[in-house]
Amino acid sequence: MFALVDCNNFYASCERVFAPALEGRPIVVLSNNDGCVIARSQEAKALGVAMGAPWFKVAARFRSRGVAVFSSHYALYGDLSRRVMQVLAGFVPEMEVYSIDECFLSLEGMRGDRLALGREMVRRVKQWTGIPVSVGMAPTKTLAKVANRLAKKGAAGAVPVLDWAQWPAPEAALAALPVEKVWGVGTRWGARLRAMGIVHARALAEADPARLRAVFGVVLERTARELSGVSCLPMEMAPPPRRQILVSRSFGRRLTRREDVEAAVTAFAARAGEKLRARRLRAGALSVFVHTSPFDGSGPAYANGATLALEPATGDSGRLVRGALRGLERIFRPGFAYQRAGVLLADLAPAHAVQGLLFAEAPGDSARTDRLMKCLDALNRSPMHRRLRYGSEMQSDAWRMRQHHRSAASPASWRDLPRVCAR
Amino acid sequence: MNMRSVLSADYPSAGLNGRIRPVVLNPPPGPLRRYLCRVAAGFPSPADDHLEGPLDLNEHLVAHPAATFVVTVEGDSMAGAGIRDGDLLVVDRAREARDGSIVVAVVDGELTVKRLRKGRKGVRLEAENPAYPAIVFHEGKELVVWGVVAHAIRSY
Repeated sequence: MFALVDCNNFYASCERVFAPALEGRPIVVLSNNDGCVIARSQEAKALGVAMGAPWFKVAARFRSRGVAVFSSHYALYGDLSRRVMQVLAGFVPEMEVYSIDECFLSLEGMRGDRLALGREMVRRVKQWTGIPVSVGMAPTKTLAKVANRLAKKGAAGAVPVLDWAQWPAPEAALAALPVEKVWGVGTRWGARLRAMGIVHARALAEADPARLRAVFGVVLERTARELSGVSCLPMEMAPPPRRQILVSRSFGRRLTRREDVEAAVTAFAARAGEKLRARRLRAGALSVFVHTSPFDGSGPAYANGATLALEPATGDSGRLVRGALRGLERIFRPGFAYQRAGVLLADLAPAHAVQGLLFAEAPGDSARTDRLMKCLDALNRSPMHRRLRYGSEMQSDAWRMRQHHRSAASPASWRDLPRVCAR
Repeated sequence: MNMRSVLSADYPSAGLNGRIRPVVLNPPPGPLRRYLCRVAAGFPSPADDHLEGPLDLNEHLVAHPAATFVVTVEGDSMAGAGIRDGDLLVVDRAREARDGSIVVAVVDGELTVKRLRKGRKGVRLEAENPAYPAIVFHEGKELVVWGVVAHAIRSY
């Protein structure tokens, strides 16, 4: 038995924790740089604010209807996420954090009234952290997702807890769930399934597993089996190793000067290097990309990327920065208003497994480089105090983010603690 | 927060549970240590020569880490309870609010620190400063307690 616990409208709920006046008000949260809508409260959804909408196009319309708007504030969301997960971890012996606002709990061997347990989870998480959650329970993870979705839509009543095993009409519920909304299906597979006449979750559960496997592969076959009640996805305590590391940001404003973009790409490559070393990995390939904004319309559009091999694989930020700048050299064209750049590290391997080159002296980075990187990481440990940077980053600050609407309070920063009034 | 100021101000030598324990107040740059033996309590045991680990303020101030928030006070309406403008409050949302608890409650959409009073006549939020009237919650008016104040921290 599994439970999927999911925070309701997580980012919007976080913004309310220290600002109770926002209770009942529509809230939207914007992407980095205040670009697009990435999260909405229930009230904002009801007003018709679309996910992904470019805010500058719809701001006037929704501001007048009382929508409160926030820049994304990941320090706040990260802190509250950790608290929610900590509270839930106190209920069960095994938990899998699935994303910033969702986790699976194993209910194996739990005795007693499951619905009562779920209600206590909802109550305690709300009281302790201020965040509302919904709980779906089922014999498989995929069905727990379905149960959670139903609970969130109010099917189980005011307290959003639903146990699939006690649900009176599971078949009708699956028949009412469009196939592309099933966990792991998505729009592309959804369209192909619909073409085969499989339009809802119930049809997928009843489809021939061998045929699904032949057409789509084992992943979708498992999804179908899970929908029919056969558990195929056990709890994974350790997340699978990452295959790529991506550091990419929109710029605070459009950039046209080469040195501004170089500074950004240097910062991204250095950050990617940090992430790489934190996971004890080495990268064998690096891509750098730049593009103009798809929303600009009027100006000329340009997007390009360059990939280079790193031989031997490396965890040396210096080599990553040089590689990224060499790639940028190839793709940067003057005359465009760039909106975003990124650095992607691929071909990742554990640091200890780096293959030597036939004619190179020693495999991988030298001991001296390793020591240098250790020292760099130690000095830069806190992201608030980045002490050491590569020179090409220092030539410009123009790319840094724009966040005009960030909520002031953060429970994770001594400088920005929430305020309580004594007046 | 300056650890030294907290220790010297509010926790001179009374340790956990009100027992007397010597605490190094002006420590050299190293971590604080708590000694196991008590003063003036009979014969010091030679076995107490060893030290416990460094003193961790979290242990003393934070009973429920997931539910504990630190907030800053603005205003002087709780001066009578020793809570001043600019103090930090350690707020425990897992703790039950009782009659007499100092709480952070939602008043007119704002987080506000008050003394909670639960009596036969109903529920009230009182300030600890005569300049501020109490707020009475009559039947039908909901009181939202955000959290219970567990500690105040003042830096000098």
